[in-house]
Amino acid sequence: MSVTIHRREQAPWTVLRVGGDLDVVGAPEVRQAVVTAVSDGSRLVVLDLSALDFVDSFGIGAVVGALKRLRQRGGDLAVVCPVPRIRRVFEICDLDRILALHDSVDDATEVQRAGRGSVPRRP
Amino acid sequence: MSDGVEIEIPPRADYVSLVRLVVAAAVELAPSLEPSRIDDLRVAVSEATTNAIQAHIRSGCRGRVKVCCRCGDGKVLVTVRDDGGGFDVDALPEMPPPESPARLGRESGMGISIIRTLADGSSIDSGPQGTEVRFYFEQP
Repeated sequence: MSVTIHRREQAPWTVLRVGGDLDVVGAPEVRQAVVTAVSDGSRLVVLDLSALDFVDSFGIGAVVGALKRLRQRGGDLAVVCPVPRIRRVFEICDLDRILALHDSVDDATEVQRAGRGSVPRRP
Repeated sequence: MSDGVEIEIPPRADYVSLVRLVVAAAVELAPSLEPSRIDDLRVAVSEATTNAIQAHIRSGCRGRVKVCCRCGDGKVLVTVRDDGGGFDVDALPEMPPPESPARLGRESGMGISIIRTLADGSSIDSGPQGTEVRFYFEQP
């Protein structure tokens, strides 16, 4: 199964719901979706991985690239990752120490709205 | 070693998902690993197979990548072989720590580390004639 991406706006966030397999084939599509969102003016992006079936290091690389692109522009990335087998890959790569992994889109956006920051910042 | 499967694929990225599917199905047929360990196996297989395909593409090798999975002797053993140009196993760059700004500059190079973390054992034999990655998951 290839990756599927559905975009919706939940101001001030752009939510990209990613399903299927986020691997070497799917990663470029996620990269392009983030590039498009940023070029459209989005600076706060949620990657909703609730419907993801699979992720490997190539998918993780796409997430790292998205985070870098947004932070370079003063923006931020939140990741919704409630599925344990998907979350485990993020944790192995220490990505949970770079960005917060949320259980739902509401959780991710509420944390930001409350001013507590959506992601753990580096010192 | 008894049950298992052998696959040969062209060096194309769109075959990686097929390899994951076939290997996971073969392991599920043999009463062996817990579902969560099969998830780990799928990730490790994906990493090794994708690296092998990329090695072929980099070196211009048009031969096939070979994936073998055997269940028996108390473990599931996976071997992925390519005919690419090989690499220096001892010179793999370390991933910058999460606290380092350099971490966001590294979007690749995590595959071998993931295999070593997920599998119960692994080895890599690499040279100018190609690379063989072997890893195993112990059966409960």
